Amino acid sequence: MKALHLTAAALIASAAFAGAAHARDQIKIVGSSTVFPYMQAAAEEFANKSGKPAPVVESTGTGGGFKVFCGGIGPDFPDISNASRAIKDSEVKLCADNGVVDITEAKIGYDGLTIAMDQQAGDLNLTKEQLYKALAAELPDGKGGFVANPNKNWSDIDPSLPNIAITVFGPPPTSGTRDAFVELVMDAGCLKQAGMEELKKSDEKKFKEVCSRMRQDGPFVEAGENDNLIVQRLEADKNAVGIFGYSFLYENSDKLKAAKIEGVDPTEETIADGSYPVARPLFFYVKNAHRDVIPGLKDFLKEATSEEAMGDEGYMVERGLTPLAQDLRDATRKAVEEATKLAAK
Amino acid sequence: MSAAISQVQTVDWHSPAIEARRKSRYAAEARLKAYGLIAIVFALGFLAILIGSLIYSGHKAFVQTVASVEIDLSAAGVDKAKIADANWKGIVKQALLDLGDAKSLPKREQKKYLDIFTDSAAYLVRDAVIADPSRLEGKSTFVIPLSDPFDQLAKGEVSRQTPEAQRRVSDKDIAAFDALVAKGVIAKPFNWGLLFNADSRFPELAGLAGAISGSFWSIVVCFAISFPVGIAAAIYLEEFAPKNRWTDLIEININNLAAVPSVVFGLLGLAVFLGWFGLPRSAPLVGGLVLALMTLPTLIIVTRVSLKAVPGSIREAALGIGASKHEAIFHHILPLAMPTVMTGTIISLARALGETAPLLLIGMNAFMTSAAHGIFDASTALPTQIYIWSDSPERGFVARTSAAILVLLAFLVLMNGIAIFLRQRFERRW
Repeated sequence: MKALHLTAAALIASAAFAGAAHARDQIKIVGSSTVFPYMQAAAEEFANKSGKPAPVVESTGTGGGFKVFCGGIGPDFPDISNASRAIKDSEVKLCADNGVVDITEAKIGYDGLTIAMDQQAGDLNLTKEQLYKALAAELPDGKGGFVANPNKNWSDIDPSLPNIAITVFGPPPTSGTRDAFVELVMDAGCLKQAGMEELKKSDEKKFKEVCSRMRQDGPFVEAGENDNLIVQRLEADKNAVGIFGYSFLYENSDKLKAAKIEGVDPTEETIADGSYPVARPLFFYVKNAHRDVIPGLKDFLKEATSEEAMGDEGYMVERGLTPLAQDLRDATRKAVEEATKLAAK
Repeated sequence: MSAAISQVQTVDWHSPAIEARRKSRYAAEARLKAYGLIAIVFALGFLAILIGSLIYSGHKAFVQTVASVEIDLSAAGVDKAKIADANWKGIVKQALLDLGDAKSLPKREQKKYLDIFTDSAAYLVRDAVIADPSRLEGKSTFVIPLSDPFDQLAKGEVSRQTPEAQRRVSDKDIAAFDALVAKGVIAKPFNWGLLFNADSRFPELAGLAGAISGSFWSIVVCFAISFPVGIAAAIYLEEFAPKNRWTDLIEININNLAAVPSVVFGLLGLAVFLGWFGLPRSAPLVGGLVLALMTLPTLIIVTRVSLKAVPGSIREAALGIGASKHEAIFHHILPLAMPTVMTGTIISLARALGETAPLLLIGMNAFMTSAAHGIFDASTALPTQIYIWSDSPERGFVARTSAAILVLLAFLVLMNGIAIFLRQRFERRW
């Protein structure tokens, strides 16, 4: 019992101590692991320039970030949440339920999702439909029902593809990259199957369910959030391909090469002009109630949206971000400056 | 007589059957010995592979390619009262361009050339001058780390044989770099930054100072809580507690807690310390509390065992000459048990130092470019820093991840070494 008392006393004492000492002078940022390197850059630049305490950037995944971000208002909750997709209605609601009603959305650039393999592997030119057929758990059988995905080799899908086993390393469901891949590739490929248009109209929920389920019988391997591990595995297995953000391809361009999607190579130009079909916008969200409370937050926002950061030759772009067009950049800057409230959807 | 003797069975120790049996018994013994040896070789082999691969991939991170550049700051017109506000970017840019005779190049190529040096060169020079304003007088030499692609090139990680299109550095970049090498301004000194810099997005500047300070503060909190609580609990259970169902229950629970996976303590910390108490996220305080919860059961068990190991005669002698229980414990039993307790504590703390899962859950895997100055500052820890670096796209972090693991292993070896020293120096046997 003595031990229990002591433990309890120690806990309460330390909690009280912490509560008293804990008013925050650092900016706190959570959210997407894809946006993480860009915000990291902005945070470091901000700290170097201003000499203020360095913002704390934590990579939690997009969904995990909103969960903490929407927890409430006050120093215990983060000021900014990064996202590799737009905020969902359910998250807006979660925020509102906890009193976080005034949020500003800032689009900072694009990220291309790339399908890449080892430099020494053969070239691949895939369509969304082929990717869907390679990776979906179940395919429509053409009679309104579904059968387990029978495709084992790429050539099973289309004779023009190489006759090698399908092995794809990809992100887990908690990742924003996975969400984007499902939305941009799986759903799009699924829609091209016979009868799926009708299904989408009649029963959208069912459509989402069958189209976004990735197969679990071996060819698709969930490789965790660690993209470096995927790069290593691709080096070891020349027949495997991996799914990840453009920044990883860019950094490892001597080891990896990308597959063409719908005939287009992922490059900064094709991602920015929209001709590369698997690109997604990246965002961060700001809690406006914190603007006047957390020291330095306004200056940090200015830094993160400056031309030096997200401009054509900005330091975020140097890390692999695909920049927005000039007018969109100005729009983002204006929205952040004026704390434009997120429009209700 | 002779009948009696014939009844005693005589064994011919040299009969073929016995010889064969003896041989097989010896063989069995030799086999057992060989199995043991093979097991040890096997285990050591794995250890050697682990350490070997870490050293192989990490040793290059212990040196950093740098360029020394001489800057004449007396001519730059820096206001001594406002050193930070000077145009450092411009000053450093000019100096670096001079270094490679690149002033005549077109703008675009100048930029390419400047990419050889770390992006933060201007801040490094600024901070060095703020630290030592006397450098404003006359010429002084600054050491500028090269950016990651060129650091990799200098270390031979980027093969010059790969086709130009497939590498980050173009043939022109390589020529500019080689010109600098020929000038003799490039060197590869020991990378002190790895130990004394905080984290950075640039591998050439990233260091473990933040992680080491975060681990240090976490371990301090962990020790401050688990050591007294562990000893108090062990003394009570060993010396005062009546033997009944309740104390049995407590004992079973403590033993069970010692086997609970660490991630469970992380979830507990997330719910209780962050959720209910509202302690700051990512703070070493919370990390230390969680690690304390994790090490407590082990510590209680170790302390109890070492208290039990003190011979009963000492306790009885103390009580016999009129010492109170309190005096017997604090004057005699605990001091005699202390060496073992300290050893157990250090080994538990070493385990806590290497623990990752609970720290990830309470957010000690955030990125920040300054080291923690106390238990409330957000911080990373060594194992979580390894986790962050292993997930970074820049090539330089691959070597740095291995180097960070080696640093963590060095700390663990040091702590275990202290534990062994204490045990051999102070332990008493009865």
